[in-house]
Amino acid sequence: MAEIVIKDVAKSFGAFTALHSIDLTIADQEFMVLLGASGCGKTTLLRIIAGLETPSQGEVWIGGHRVDRLPPRERGIAMVFQNYAVFPHLTVFENIAFGLRMKKVPQPEIDRRVSRTAELMHIEQLLKRYSGQLSGGQRQRVAVARALTMEPDVILMDEPLSNLDALLRLEMRAELKGVLAASKTTTIYVTHDQVEAMSLADRISVMNGGRIVQAATPVEVYRNPAARFVGSFIGNPPMNFIPAMKVGEGKWQVAGLTLDGPKADQDRLEFAIRPEDVTVTPGGLKATARVVEPLGAHTLVTCDVNGAPFRAVLESDLRVAPGDDLSLAPKSDRVRWFDPETTMAV
Amino acid sequence: MPQRALPYLLLLPATLFLLVFFLYPFLQIAILAFSSPEGFTLKPFQTMTTHWKFGTTLWNTILLTAIIVPIQLVMALAMATIVTKLKTGRNAILYIFTIPLGLSDLAAGIIWLAIFEQSGFLNSVLVGLGIVERPVLFLGYQNLWVIFVAVILAEVWRATAIVMVILVSGMGLIPKEYYEAAEVFGAGPWKRFLKVTLPMLRPSLQTALILRTIAAFEVFAVVVALGGTTLPVLMGETFNWQFALNDRNVAAAYALVILAISIASTLFFLRVLRTPKGATI
Ligand SMILES: Nc1ncnc2c1ncn2[C@@H]1O[C@H](COP(=O)(O)OP(=O)(O)OP(=O)(O)O)[C@@H](O)[C@H]1O
Ligand SMILES: [Mg+2]
Repeated sequence: MAEIVIKDVAKSFGAFTALHSIDLTIADQEFMVLLGASGCGKTTLLRIIAGLETPSQGEVWIGGHRVDRLPPRERGIAMVFQNYAVFPHLTVFENIAFGLRMKKVPQPEIDRRVSRTAELMHIEQLLKRYSGQLSGGQRQRVAVARALTMEPDVILMDEPLSNLDALLRLEMRAELKGVLAASKTTTIYVTHDQVEAMSLADRISVMNGGRIVQAATPVEVYRNPAARFVGSFIGNPPMNFIPAMKVGEGKWQVAGLTLDGPKADQDRLEFAIRPEDVTVTPGGLKATARVVEPLGAHTLVTCDVNGAPFRAVLESDLRVAPGDDLSLAPKSDRVRWFDPETTMAV
Repeated sequence: MPQRALPYLLLLPATLFLLVFFLYPFLQIAILAFSSPEGFTLKPFQTMTTHWKFGTTLWNTILLTAIIVPIQLVMALAMATIVTKLKTGRNAILYIFTIPLGLSDLAAGIIWLAIFEQSGFLNSVLVGLGIVERPVLFLGYQNLWVIFVAVILAEVWRATAIVMVILVSGMGLIPKEYYEAAEVFGAGPWKRFLKVTLPMLRPSLQTALILRTIAAFEVFAVVVALGGTTLPVLMGETFNWQFALNDRNVAAAYALVILAISIASTLFFLRVLRTPKGATI
């Protein structure tokens, strides 16, 4: 049992606040992905959970024990560092075996466990080398292997695959997911890569400016962004936003079109729709195609709607040329609304 | 071509300087040690090794080094570890620790003589406290071991700081992330010291040990100040043969012995503390 509970954790570096009151619960054996732009506090949060940074306030609980006063080695965690921190004075084998040696695991078992994880990370032919003789991606895999061999209750991974080529990353991602699920490990995984986040996560925590904006399943985060930031950060291309004006109870005018919307008190809202959730149907938003990018199965069309750019992903058999006038009808069950003041979903 | 020659050109003055002022005198000494009016000879070495003092001298020097250097190493490691951990006042403490470095070894010897001699500080305290009735002669030939201890104390007091300064700068070069990784993977403070600090400090340890060991083989003024000729050491005997016994050839032979054990110890440390290929930070 290794449930992680983070209660009201904040962290300031001098006058700068890196984390504002984080509350998050990660269930036992859950795979939680932290997703957010560079500098939003992902590493800081991970380091607080690991015990490498002291929170300015709040509590951290792991497996029912309060750990925020314990040193890292007593928290039952293993970690993959963003900068790898592979020991330069030890061979790859000794790096991977480091934690096991500290726990005085017998040599035959060390041999067995090291060779198994090394095989998993495709580094079994590098075991005798020193880290100075490895590429960045190889070093990163050593860092992952070092954490995996510990078979810990909790594993914290800070962008563990960021330095691998696309193909290897795809393969490693699948293997990681399999291994971690089989070993019933609770995982917190930091990444910038939303595809990686979507494919690995049980739940995604989207962070922005030191806050967790939304923590939900990948589909939920994608379909029902809790805030404008989530909609614009997740999805490639991101969500489209158009200002909306109230014209009646539950009626909103969006770029000249009147749509049914929430019965809200505000006079102004923001209408939001994902690029793939529009169809070329008469009676939709008036758009002028500007750039047409065929992507194979689909075509990405960047248009002008009401003088602002609007992206639509259309069927590729639809022939569109720059300059064409289109009518883009939003699928009504996919439309989302945001309050421009609070930027939260309505 | 000028581009590639430039570094060599820039090093040329220093190289010439070394050749003129080091290699030349060295050759002179070497020639001196193997010559007599009749030409090439091993006579100076025979004189040296058959003299009754030689064995004691060599033994004293090596024993002093073997005691002083490890004590200094352990103390410097401890001090450097503490200094590195300090957040404020680190420079002030470093300056205080390094004060004895500013003293010449003769001055250091005289200071410790002032403590141990018959009318010295230690005796005043002992008499004052009524522990002894009249001042004790500590530094006499009857208590050779007291002279020994006094020399060790003086040397440790005088020259530990240089080792510490080298180790502090070496420790400052070890990235924090390795300590963090070791900590996460279960290493307590002692294990982190053994598994991260020591191995990653190898280059600095090498420098410090080589410097200190060579200097310890050349210990002279402190010994003379505290023990006169009661505790003979290699450097003292060199001095003795050169100036008291007026035999420059035997003095040169002694100088070569010091050089030989210095080179041997340097090679030893280079070998033992070498960094495996590819294992640099
Ligand atoms: N030791 C520190 N002192 C001062 N500021 C810090 C310190 N560590 C982090 N910060 C600041 O805290 C903020 C969050 O940093 P953090 O490393 O957690 O970002 P991140 O989300 O991991 O970014 P990235 O994706 O680039 O790794 C940044 O603005 C950073 O400048
Ligand atoms: Mg980071």
